[in-house]
Amino acid sequence: MQKLISSGLIGAIFGLGIAISGMANPAKVLNFFDVAGTWDPSLIFVMGGALITTALGYLLVFGARKKPVFDAEFHLPGNKAIDSRLIAGSATFGIGWGIAGFCPGGAIPALGFGGVSVIAFTGAMVIGIVLARSFDGLRLKPAKPF
Amino acid sequence: METEFTPWMSLAGGVLIGISATLLMAMNGRIAGMTGILTGIIPPISTDWPWRIAFLLGAVIAPVLFLAAGGAIPYAVPVSLPLLALGGLIVGIGVYYGAGCTSGHGVCGMARLSPRSIAATVTFMIFTGLTVYVVRHIVGI
Repeated sequence: MQKLISSGLIGAIFGLGIAISGMANPAKVLNFFDVAGTWDPSLIFVMGGALITTALGYLLVFGARKKPVFDAEFHLPGNKAIDSRLIAGSATFGIGWGIAGFCPGGAIPALGFGGVSVIAFTGAMVIGIVLARSFDGLRLKPAKPF
Repeated sequence: METEFTPWMSLAGGVLIGISATLLMAMNGRIAGMTGILTGIIPPISTDWPWRIAFLLGAVIAPVLFLAAGGAIPYAVPVSLPLLALGGLIVGIGVYYGAGCTSGHGVCGMARLSPRSIAATVTFMIFTGLTVYVVRHIVGI
């Protein structure tokens, strides 16, 4: 129960941060990338603030603790490969982000106030994850021979 | 559509995102990446789904409470519903194969100086910029 309350509060800080930063506002996100048009450089400050805070915070956490409070270990991604899967996936994500103006972390905190736009985006995004996952599962697990 | 330059609010929001990422590592030992957290509650559901749901609910409810308390969240969507759905589908496929998005790779991974996350972030930032250029200045939507 403590872990659930803690996780909910940490999610709340995340959602509030995203919402006031402008990351949940497609008009602002698209303007950040529109250097040739109505450029709004605000998101540099989001990325800068988030990166410096997280970098210092991680140093503090990893320096002070051998394990997290509610788990036996830190779950850090073990995959170090910079391969075509990573690059093609990231490029694809960029194309979708450029079309819609929402990224996953920007969309979820907007679900409570963003109306049908963010619901349509998020629904389609979940379908995209499900499709990619099932296609990936088929590719990784070839049909059993008779 | 013009948007107002908001360095202080954006910086404050960024710091909150960083505090949240730090706390999630300290408490749960997890990367605060929206793709990873969300994928864990999409079937086949991860066994540790309860904290994921709690985090997502917190992220959805906090901005609503902030608005109810009189806070302002500028919000405008200059994109049609069909393009939002198309973009969403493409984002879903992309973040699955790229194993992360702006929060996971762009903030948490870059903060750990992970070469993999730096490669992913540089790639999606370039492709997002190119896409916005094509959509706005070549196609002209």
